[in-house]
Amino acid sequence: MTVQILSLAVALSMQHGQPRVLVWGGDAEGGAPFVEADPADPSRVRGFDVEVADRIARGLGAGPTARFVQVQWSNIDQSVERGDFTLGLSGVEDTPARRARHAVTLPYFEFREVLAVRPDDQNRIHDLGDLRGRRVATLGATIAYDLLIAARDSTGMIPVSFDDDVHPYADLVAGRVDAVLLDHIIAQRALRRMGGRGFVILAQPVAVGHYVGVLARADSVLRDSIDAVLREAMHDGSLEQIYRRWSVWDDSQGVLFERILRTGAAGAAGTPGRSASTVPAQVVAYLPSLARAAGVTLLVSTLSMTLAVFVGLALASGRLYGSTPLRILTTAYIELIRGTPLLLQLFVIYYGLSGVVRLPALLAAVLALGLNYGAYEAEIYRGALEAVSRTQLEAARTLGFSEAQILRLVRGPQALRYALAPMTNDFVALLKDSSLVSVITVVELTKQTAIYATNVGSWIVPGALCAIVYLAMSLPLARLARRLERRWGGRAA
Amino acid sequence: MSALLVIDRLQVRYDSRDVLRALSLEVARGEIVALMGPSGAGKTTALRAVAALQAFDDGRIVVDGFGLTPGPVPPESRLRALRRRVGLVFQAHALFEHLTALDNVTLALRHVLGQSRTDADAVATKLLSELDVGGRAAAWPRQLSGGEAQRVAIARALAPDPALLLMDEPTAALDPARRSALGATLRRLCEQGRGLLVATHDAAFAREFADRAVNLST
Repeated sequence: MTVQILSLAVALSMQHGQPRVLVWGGDAEGGAPFVEADPADPSRVRGFDVEVADRIARGLGAGPTARFVQVQWSNIDQSVERGDFTLGLSGVEDTPARRARHAVTLPYFEFREVLAVRPDDQNRIHDLGDLRGRRVATLGATIAYDLLIAARDSTGMIPVSFDDDVHPYADLVAGRVDAVLLDHIIAQRALRRMGGRGFVILAQPVAVGHYVGVLARADSVLRDSIDAVLREAMHDGSLEQIYRRWSVWDDSQGVLFERILRTGAAGAAGTPGRSASTVPAQVVAYLPSLARAAGVTLLVSTLSMTLAVFVGLALASGRLYGSTPLRILTTAYIELIRGTPLLLQLFVIYYGLSGVVRLPALLAAVLALGLNYGAYEAEIYRGALEAVSRTQLEAARTLGFSEAQILRLVRGPQALRYALAPMTNDFVALLKDSSLVSVITVVELTKQTAIYATNVGSWIVPGALCAIVYLAMSLPLARLARRLERRWGGRAA
Repeated sequence: MSALLVIDRLQVRYDSRDVLRALSLEVARGEIVALMGPSGAGKTTALRAVAALQAFDDGRIVVDGFGLTPGPVPPESRLRALRRRVGLVFQAHALFEHLTALDNVTLALRHVLGQSRTDADAVATKLLSELDVGGRAAAWPRQLSGGEAQRVAIARALAPDPALLLMDEPTAALDPARRSALGATLRRLCEQGRGLLVATHDAAFAREFADRAVNLST
């Protein structure tokens, strides 16, 4: 006991040189009731996870409150191992993989994975089995996502992964997806936010899971102390008070508390999830999904570049040959696109336009990337066309060619040669920029890698694999461009 | 003999400065006229005005019955008759860099005059041989020497068979032997019934090969 208290004191005092303060990490973007910025004082956070953290801090004798560190939800495990904070909270799910890699507290909250559907569908859809061929949304790298992936193979439904837990419900109401599978707290919050309309939550849960705190693997002694504090909080009713304050108390929490206090041990992580296994086995297991994601990356990039080439040609022609209003218009487009973030353009096309036209995610991704890169291509083509010497164009005029013939026979072919190298560079850049489209639910290579990394709890192997696949796509392109340049350059050199 | 080219009181102004002031000259068929003067005297400007690459402010230009008037250059669609009558060889040659010597010559034959590839190739091969660059037909422009490039450029300008050939500083990059060869070539062209207007500051070349010289002063 003395040893335990001593090591606890060391663990607490070592956090950022501030003794006796519990530093915990969570994602305030996840919002209430877990963690959210306090509307009265946005520099502070509030939520039931905040109060749980404070209760743990008090129980450990580490001051009246714990100190909060903001971290992206999907990076909590990585950050806690790096030592960014001691304890990760905020809807962290209990999975076998997490237990195998980190020190995990006992479950302090029981959640249900529930399906949300549009009111019209509530008599037809009762469980995952009724969603054959339908699109079902959830948050990436969660138990719910794993449930959907498992169901994809058995029922043929289409999982759609989001980076946040707000847009799945917005897309459900908008008709882009047919159901959402997520934690009941998140579903109820979304329903409240929409004034109780737009979708219904099915009563029958698909699965049950638990929230836990996560600590670095080496912090198992501190974890045991936190478990003791949690048991005490379950026993003295302080945890129930917190849950009631945040309206998340229900009978199943009472049953969970009773079971934990009775057994004196954590309830088994009875939720699905990938179990930790050896590296080669992981690679083999994830290779098909990485290959599929690489295919999506290649498809999105190729279609976007094709669109960008046509848009670029049209814009460059407008700028060089158009009337004054057309020149002003094309210049304005090019400056607007190049002067605003691609991410913003993606959101505007996918979410902003959804009131007017409801584009499928893949089409929206191709449109956004193609329209964006088109502006850059236009400048490349304009520069290339202007690089063809004026006297050659005049020589062509004295020979009697029309303007259109000059463009087709003299100016265009030479400009193409000048444009080839920068176009290839742009395509390689596009290949990488296509990773941005994961924010509108397209699971491409980088997103799939992030999911993989979250599941196995390490970025090393997934990161290396992902890099290899990107290089395998971009290096041959660069080679091809060099060969073409040599061949065409040779003709003129 | 009626004049092939009449330039009458041609005036060109840049920023209210007279580049050409009241230039008048005539070129007859079978005649070589040298347009002389130091750099900046407006020789190139005069040629460009005749080739309708350049607007002029006053005066009149008539090429074999086709008249050009002061004001902006007319659109190409209204210049077709002029284009058939006038060929221009630029000082920098301005060969199409993405085409071989042969294709530089055939391009207008095929796409402006609508000749078949075979016919165009035959015409071009003959022209290149006459100009002594038949062996360079497959070469790319950057593989040609200055003299070769000039002769390919002449062949390209002659391909549509214009009656009037304009040349800008043709001797600028030539050694003495090549100068004489060029002079002989020009004489042969005018014996075929063409008129030649040659802008040059090379007085010796003008004396030796031109029938007449017109002097421009700054």
